[in-house]
Amino acid sequence: MIFNITLILVFQLAGEVMARLFAIPVPGPVIGMGLLLIAFVLAPKLANRVVPTAQNILTHLSLLFVPAGVGVISHVEVLGQDGLALFAALFLSTVLALGAGVLTFIGLARLTGTTAERAE
Amino acid sequence: MTDLPDIWSYLREGPLLWLTATLAAYLVGDAASRASGRNPLVNPVLVAMLLLAAILWGTGTEYGTYFEGAQFVHFMLGPATVALAGPLFKNLHHVRRTLLPMAGALIVGSLTAIVSALLIAQAMGVEGATLASLAPKSTTAPVAIGISEKLGGLPTLTAALVIITGIIGAVVVTPLMNAMGLRDYRARGFAVGVAAHGIGTARAFQVNETAGAFAGIGMGFNALLTALLAPYVLYLLQG
Repeated sequence: MIFNITLILVFQLAGEVMARLFAIPVPGPVIGMGLLLIAFVLAPKLANRVVPTAQNILTHLSLLFVPAGVGVISHVEVLGQDGLALFAALFLSTVLALGAGVLTFIGLARLTGTTAERAE
Repeated sequence: MTDLPDIWSYLREGPLLWLTATLAAYLVGDAASRASGRNPLVNPVLVAMLLLAAILWGTGTEYGTYFEGAQFVHFMLGPATVALAGPLFKNLHHVRRTLLPMAGALIVGSLTAIVSALLIAQAMGVEGATLASLAPKSTTAPVAIGISEKLGGLPTLTAALVIITGIIGAVVVTPLMNAMGLRDYRARGFAVGVAAHGIGTARAFQVNETAGAFAGIGMGFNALLTALLAPYVLYLLQG
């Protein structure tokens, strides 16, 4: 357990260092995720050990957004007089992006359906 | 014996009370979500944040005081992002077969989010720094704030827009996809990760583990793509 958590923190740390060292415009934890995935592929035994802990952490991923969410409500005045326009833009653009994304994925998956194995 | 008000004024300044309150509010939100049969409108994050905001307002507690306790939960966002490698690894066989659909959906989804948000806001009279703050709203908060600063936006406003986008995505995704009659959980997950970052990803994990894994990938790649695209789109629209 402690080993698994330490490992995850070490990869986060490595991601943070890489992001700054090479000025990559992606947060350290996202790079850490990529590095850990590479480690899992190279050492499947490590994956067997760590993946259950990772899944445990992710079961309540929603909880982790609560503190930031409370901040939004407490500072709702930052939306200012453009509040309604901003909300309309957020709502419509999210619906459009979801629809466009999912249809593109499904369309391309059908198009490449038979050749997907070779397309690796 | 110490008076209750004294105990209260002692507790409200320390992290213990607000850490406990955060977890308890989430349990209430999660119980409400389960009681509703995981109705997307009863989103656990939304319930918990409304509850806590009401408590802070009712007790006259500053957000800064609250955050000193809640920061322990907030901190876990980093390790949880790294932990996404777990479901990603378990779904690697799906991922290998869908590289092209993912690349296409990433570009189309990311561009649609940025362009449509800016056009709608601009049509409704939003301009300047507020418009710049809106451009990166679909990507994960730390990246969005960095982009917003570079574009001359307001970081606090961007943080709020990012969270609101996540909640909209998490609430809308299931009814929208069901109404469209789409059952491919790889596609559903990926789209919500691109459009609504981590909060969308958390929702995807509630629905289906494959959807969650694909959402995590979508979120990760969109962090990179938004950083590259947002400045150009904003520049083009502002002419």
